[in-house]
Amino acid sequence: MLIYGVALMGGCMLVGTFIGRTIGWLVGLNSDVGGVGIAMLLLVVVSRYLMDREKFSKLAQDGIKFWAAMYIPIVVAMAASQNVVAAFNAGALAFIAGLGSVAAGFLLIRPIAALSPKSAEPSLAE
Amino acid sequence: MLDILYTTLNKVPLITAFVTVGIIMWAAYALGKMTNNRIHGSAIAILIGLILAYIGGTITGEKKGISDITLFSGFALMGGGMLRDFAIVSTAFGVKLEELKKAGLAGAVALVVSVVIATVLGAATAYAFGYTSAVDMATIGGGTVTFIVGPVTGAALGASSEVIALSVAAGVVKSIAVMILTPFLAKVAGLDNPAAAAVYGGLMGTTSGVSAGLAATDPKLVPYGALTATFYTGFGCLVVPSVGYMALLALFGN
Repeated sequence: MLIYGVALMGGCMLVGTFIGRTIGWLVGLNSDVGGVGIAMLLLVVVSRYLMDREKFSKLAQDGIKFWAAMYIPIVVAMAASQNVVAAFNAGALAFIAGLGSVAAGFLLIRPIAALSPKSAEPSLAE
Repeated sequence: MLDILYTTLNKVPLITAFVTVGIIMWAAYALGKMTNNRIHGSAIAILIGLILAYIGGTITGEKKGISDITLFSGFALMGGGMLRDFAIVSTAFGVKLEELKKAGLAGAVALVVSVVIATVLGAATAYAFGYTSAVDMATIGGGTVTFIVGPVTGAALGASSEVIALSVAAGVVKSIAVMILTPFLAKVAGLDNPAAAAVYGGLMGTTSGVSAGLAATDPKLVPYGALTATFYTGFGCLVVPSVGYMALLALFGN
């Protein structure tokens, strides 16, 4: 059933958020430290495990794929709910600090990506 | 009649948002086709979203873009943190573990390097504009990390609301700049494989910026970038008000 996939993914998110909040609590923060990232790792591992054992029906997978396909529309809705006016009106300080860190980020992609094993490259041809 | 239509749309805000976003997507992909797909439809859709946010913010004077207009209040739910994170998790389905392992070290390095650089840049800009206390510099530096780290730092250190607002603005500028610039700079910056996407996620850190930027560049890269980006804000909340503040305090005094 479709809901199995959605429930599996939801379960991963609940566990991930719980772990993220626990980490946050351990280091004295009332926030989620990497919960979504942990949920993603869990989903990768659990779905691989189920698929290797052929326990993951096509329909259940479609339940996850539906949300993956909704991702861009959700991001569009998110973009439409940002405080764009404030960003425009904040003045030079916010622009210099914000844009400066973005520029630095783009400059660093190549040098830092070079740290990962070269064999990562050919796979992008897939 | 018009009243009934308006009431209908208002009764089911989330559905109204689905329909509106559907129309935006259709228009954006049609426009994208007209450019021979040189500008990806999703990039245009996100840009339309940002323009709508500007219009909404101008009309209402509130903080949440188009969703502050009652008719479009469903946008806040559809694009809110819960569904966004759920959709981000779903993109991990189909990710290859081997790719993640390869990207792991570089992604972690990117995370640490970038939080330091963003804090320093933000603090330096703050200093240049006359905010010379360690509290103010750390708060604005935090905002330059992400618009969540700024207020968390400011609240922890007791910064003024003016400084906290500035830190949020710096973070929002960053997030929107990442959304808009990524599809244009992706090629030049070498952002075309999972490992580079993981590094990019760690460098930019803003979950909204990274998720939208990668969606507009190559949706296949989204999970890799999103994975590292989700650790960024947490890491920033951890180190900026503590280590970052202490370093600034040692250097500049209060």
